[in-house]
Amino acid sequence: MFADLLGFPPQVLFGQLLIGLINGAFYAVLSLGLAVIFGLLNIVNFAHGALYMLGAFATLGLTRYLGISYWGSLVLAPIIVGAFGIVLERLLLRRLAGVDHLYGLLLTFGLALVIEGLFVKMFGSSGLPYPPPAELSGGINLGFMFLPWYRGWVVVAALAVCVATWVLFERTKVGSYLRAGTENPKLLQAFGVNVPLLTTLAYGYGTGLAAFAGVLAAPITQVSPLMGSNLIIVVFAVVVIGGMGSIMGAIVTGLGMGVIEGLTKVFWPEASSTVIFVVMAIVLVLRPAGLFGKTH
Amino acid sequence: MTFYKTLLAGASALALMTGAASAEISDGKVKIGLLSDMSATYSDVAGQGTVVAAQMAIDEFGGKVAGAPIELITADHQNKADIAANKAREWGDTEQVDAFAELVTTSVALAVFEVAKQQNKIALVSGAASSPLTNDACIPTGLHWTYNTRALAVGTGSAIVKEGGDSWYFLTADYAFGEALQRDVTKVVEAEGGKVLGASKHPFPASDFSSFILQAQASGAKVIGLANAGGDTINAIKAAHEFGINAGGQTVAGLLVFLSDVNALGLEVAQGLEMTVSFYWDLNDETREWSKRFYEKTGKMPTGVQAGTYSAVRHYLKAIEATGSDDTATVLAKMRETPVNDMFAKNGTLRTDGRMVHDMYLAKVKAPADSKAPWDYLKIVRTIPGEEAFGPLSESTCPTK
Repeated sequence: MFADLLGFPPQVLFGQLLIGLINGAFYAVLSLGLAVIFGLLNIVNFAHGALYMLGAFATLGLTRYLGISYWGSLVLAPIIVGAFGIVLERLLLRRLAGVDHLYGLLLTFGLALVIEGLFVKMFGSSGLPYPPPAELSGGINLGFMFLPWYRGWVVVAALAVCVATWVLFERTKVGSYLRAGTENPKLLQAFGVNVPLLTTLAYGYGTGLAAFAGVLAAPITQVSPLMGSNLIIVVFAVVVIGGMGSIMGAIVTGLGMGVIEGLTKVFWPEASSTVIFVVMAIVLVLRPAGLFGKTH
Repeated sequence: MTFYKTLLAGASALALMTGAASAEISDGKVKIGLLSDMSATYSDVAGQGTVVAAQMAIDEFGGKVAGAPIELITADHQNKADIAANKAREWGDTEQVDAFAELVTTSVALAVFEVAKQQNKIALVSGAASSPLTNDACIPTGLHWTYNTRALAVGTGSAIVKEGGDSWYFLTADYAFGEALQRDVTKVVEAEGGKVLGASKHPFPASDFSSFILQAQASGAKVIGLANAGGDTINAIKAAHEFGINAGGQTVAGLLVFLSDVNALGLEVAQGLEMTVSFYWDLNDETREWSKRFYEKTGKMPTGVQAGTYSAVRHYLKAIEATGSDDTATVLAKMRETPVNDMFAKNGTLRTDGRMVHDMYLAKVKAPADSKAPWDYLKIVRTIPGEEAFGPLSESTCPTK
């Protein structure tokens, strides 16, 4: 009824809601990684988009040169990129512990530019194709839209990872250490917990999540050096809306913003790239710590 | 002592000679400022490849014209009009640049046109596609070389309507170029008896097209026209493929597809696409020879934008060679009276509205089985005569034509 009133048949609206949810799943996984990193390292990780891109390229490389299937890459690519993240943390980011956030932001932003620049130089800007796994090619007609199997899988996989991360952080002993590390690292260290190791692992996990999203994206968009730079700003807005460092906030806001963006694409497509920032501005005015953030 | 005297005399004589030879060349050198997208969406279509192409034209002259050295300076405009305009102004003011070249992205070309007009310098546009560049937005010193949205509409648009694609829905990049392309294709579609059911304007650049593809699908139009380019076209075609557009009886029409896009998509996905091109490496011996040299330098076959940059720079230098001057009015007049004859264009003519009129080609992407070698991607379906592609001069709305 509501949809008809606005001049759009409900089928179109349902389709867009589902598409929004699929895109939201990407936002959720990416912003989750950012939230984990910000929570423990207090670093605004601007290299996240580049790490997401590395995940997609790792998938492509594993398949092309080592013959490893998509499914194998789904596990291996995040591990490889996560290990790269750990190296970055040990070599570079560690040196910025305790200084202003701005330094971390500048360093990671610079890293992103360097990594993306190198990849543009090596692979060009058009990117390379990566076909979806044969098991998931084709799709199903839902009546209101044609849903490619692969997109359905993306939502399932992304949600599973989100839930697993939430459980890890909120319901396990390691998670309690991680949360304690966010609250008061000095005190935690006094209890004999190796906090530096914890932060390194957290950065590795965050970058692994970015790479995981990259693997999921590889068969959908072109595997291109610039795939992350288009996405990263939106994901930052999502994290700000959800509340910096909040796990639940990142997941819920990611999905929600995907849906809002999807609907905007129907009613006012030109505004679809800005709607999330409008929401961000409103949230910042009303709740500066974000929807799920805690004010310290 | 005598030895020094001789040396000195020789040196001053040499200095005098070069001075005399380039008396008409301002600042003693010919300087071309090439602005392109070197790092973003259009860097494969244009980018570094246009630098190589321009350099190939310069090398043909041995790096010197009318006794003066030719210098090429380049910059990345990042598809941002303000960056391009600032750079062009700086080059004009402090670097003694004589001509601007390439200028992919319409908003960039329009901004540099403004600077070129103020500074009375020649702008050799290759990458930007919008037809307004030689219509309402034309400037007396702006030359539009490779193609335009009208030619693309006449090529791909009318071919598809003739094949029965008489109802259209557009996915349009939300900036000057997308609008120009949609407008020009709409004209052709309606003139051929087809109709346009709707359009979605998407942000530029956009990464996810599924939502727009879904809207196009729901419109029921037979043809989904992509009024965008580069990475946007690639992602839109991929999304259409994924969402089973072809299986549902709709076709996707890429209105501006480059060889680099076909290469990036792979023939499996791109096969059957119709596209209008200004150039293809495998047209004849001349194009094959030039493209092979280009390939050796870049590892890629050239796009039309890259080949067009070569042709424009070459024709510009030819005019300087013939007149012995780099004065804007003199060079322009010579460029207009000389037909463009090189591996890119045969008997191309440069009109007073700035349009370079040359033949265009309607091509179809080969199926993987028909492709015999790397980069063997296109089959030329028909040659579109220049006049048909670009329209007569009387049609141009350029006020200074």
